[in-house]
Amino acid sequence: MSLKRILAVVVARNREFYRDKAGLGWNIVMPAIMVLGFAFIFSSPDQALYKVGILGTLTQDSAPAFLQTSHIQFIAQDNEAAAIDKVRHHRIDLLLDVRATPRYWVNELSAKGYIAERLLWQSQSNAPAALQREAVSGRAVRYVDWVVPGVLAMNVMFSSLWGVGWVIVRYRKNGVLRRLRATPLTAGEFLVAQIISRLLVVSSVTVLVFAGTHALLDFPMRGSYLTLGLVFLAGAIALVSLGLTVSARIRSEELADGMLNLMSWPMMILSGVWFSLEGTNVWAQRIAELLPLTHMVDAARRVMLDGAGLRDVAFDIGILLALGAVLLTLSARAFRWQ
Amino acid sequence: MPLLQVENLVKTYPGVRAVDGISFEVAEGSCFGLLGPNGAGKTTTLEILEGITSADAGRVLYRGAPRDDSYRAVVGIQFQHTALQDFQTVREALQLFASFYPRHRPMAELVTLCNLGELLDRDTAGLSGGQRQRLLLAIALVNDPDLVFLDEPTTGLDPQSRRNFWHLVEGVKKEGKTVLMTTHYMEEASVLCDEIAVIDQGRIIERGKPQRLLTQHFPRALVRVPLATLPDPGQLPPGFEVRGDDAVAATDDIDQALAQLRQLAVALDELSISTPTLDDLFLKLTGHGLRES
Repeated sequence: MSLKRILAVVVARNREFYRDKAGLGWNIVMPAIMVLGFAFIFSSPDQALYKVGILGTLTQDSAPAFLQTSHIQFIAQDNEAAAIDKVRHHRIDLLLDVRATPRYWVNELSAKGYIAERLLWQSQSNAPAALQREAVSGRAVRYVDWVVPGVLAMNVMFSSLWGVGWVIVRYRKNGVLRRLRATPLTAGEFLVAQIISRLLVVSSVTVLVFAGTHALLDFPMRGSYLTLGLVFLAGAIALVSLGLTVSARIRSEELADGMLNLMSWPMMILSGVWFSLEGTNVWAQRIAELLPLTHMVDAARRVMLDGAGLRDVAFDIGILLALGAVLLTLSARAFRWQ
Repeated sequence: MPLLQVENLVKTYPGVRAVDGISFEVAEGSCFGLLGPNGAGKTTTLEILEGITSADAGRVLYRGAPRDDSYRAVVGIQFQHTALQDFQTVREALQLFASFYPRHRPMAELVTLCNLGELLDRDTAGLSGGQRQRLLLAIALVNDPDLVFLDEPTTGLDPQSRRNFWHLVEGVKKEGKTVLMTTHYMEEASVLCDEIAVIDQGRIIERGKPQRLLTQHFPRALVRVPLATLPDPGQLPPGFEVRGDDAVAATDDIDQALAQLRQLAVALDELSISTPTLDDLFLKLTGHGLRES
C-alpha cells in the first residue's frame, strides 16, 4: 500500500465534498434543523401541564378524584423499570402503580413532580396513608435531550452510507473508477482512502452539529467527549463498511439508492432514534439488536444522558468494530472497478 | 523486437464474439491505428491491451514478455468515455494523477506539450470538448509512458479542435513514444498512423502502411457519380460498381471512364474525381461505410 496514493485520493475526495457548497450545507444544516425542530415541537405551550405514568389499569375505584384532575395527561406504562427511569429523567412527573398496593414514584428534584404529588394527595384526602411513596432523583431530561444522540447517530449513518456507497456507484457509472483503475492505484488503496475521507467528513460534521445545537439547546453531556467520539467513530466505521459492501459491484445509482434506503429506513425506525423500543414487539427488539445504528444510538445516549464511561459502552463499540471488520473484508473481496 | 505483440486475442460477450482472433505487432516509436466502425471490436481490443479487460484467449507481450504489475506504470491511457472527480481544477487533476506514479513528468512540460497554460486554474467541469481532450491527453502522459493508448480521442470534436489535437499527438510522436490508437476518422489515421489495421466484426481484414494499402487496392483515381444521375440505375457503365449511393470506377484512365459515362448520356454535373482514401478502402473491403455500425 502506498500512503502517498491513499493521501492523494483522500484529499481529492474531501475537496470534492467541501467544494460542493449545496451538499456541504445540507450535510450540516439538515441534522441541526431536525434537532431544533424537535426542540420546538416538544416545547409547545399547549401540552398538558403534568404527565403521570400509570402502571396497571386506572379505574374509578383506584383513584377517582385524581383521574378527573384537569391538565394532567395520564400515560399507560408497560415496563416498571423504564417508567421509573422516566421519572428520574423528568420525562413524566409522577408514576402511579395501581396494580397491587397503590404506590407512586416522584422525583424529589422535580418541581412539577412536587405539584403532581400534592394534587395526588389532595385527590386521596380520605385515605392518603394508603399510598406508598417511592422517591427517585435525577436531573430533568427533555425529549430533545433524549433525541439528540439519536439524531446525531442518524446523521452519521446517512453520511456514511450515502457518502461512500452512492458516491462509489456514481464513480463506477461515470467512468471515474475506470480511469483510476488504469493507474497503479490498487483497489485496497482506493477503499482505504474512501474510508479515511468519509471518517474525516463525518467527524467534522458531527462536531459542528454537536457544538451548534449544544449552544442553542444546552442538552446534557454527562460522559466524556472522547468516549462519545469513539462511539460515533466505531459507528461510522461499521456504516461506511456497510456502504462499501452495498456499492462493491453495482453500477446503477437508482439501485444503490434503493438498497441504501432499504437498509437505512428499518434502522431509523427500529434503532430507537425517535422513541424507545421498550414495551414493543419482542421480535422487533431482537432485530434492533442486530442493527449497527441501535448500538450507536444506545451507547451515545448512555454517554450523554447517564454519563456512561468507555467500559460501559465497550460492548457496543466492540460490536460496531467487529461488524465493520467483517463488512470491510466482504467489500474488499467483492469490489469491482467496473 | 516489437514493443507490443498481440497474438490470437479472443473476447466473447453473451451473443457476440467481439474480438475474434486478432494478432498484430506494434514497433517501438510508431503510431499504430485500429480502424473500424462502431461495434467492430476495436475498443474491446484496446481495453485488452491496456489491461482493463481480460481476454478469453490469446496473449499480449510487452517488450517480449507477459505484462506484470509494472505495466500500468509505463503505459498512458486516454479512454473514449471517462470522467474526472468533480470540483477540481486542471492543475489539481494533473497533480492527483501524478501522485499515483513512482515517476512523473514535470507539470510545466505537460502544460506546454498539451497547451494547458491558460486552463490550469479552471474547473475541469467547465472545459470545452477540445480542452477536455487536451487535459485527458496530459493525464495519459503524466507518467511519461513508453506506450500511449488513445481510444477515439477526437470523436465529437469540431474539425478545428480535431486538427489541434492531431498536432498534440504529432508532438507526442516526436518524443519517440509509441502510440496505439483507435479511430473511425480515416483522415485522422492518414495523418497520424504509420501503420493501420482495419477491423470489422472482431477480425483484422487488412493491415499495413496507409499509403501502401491504398496503392495496393486502388488505381490512382476514383471517378464517382451518384446513382440517381444514371438514366437507368440498373445499368452501370462498364468499369463502374455500386458503392453506397454512388457508381464508382477505380481507374488509371480517367478519360476512358468519362467516355463511358458520356456514352450512356449520364449528366456530369455531380461527377467527382478523387484519389482513393481509407474510407474508400474500408468500403471496398467490407461493403459498408466506416461510420455505419
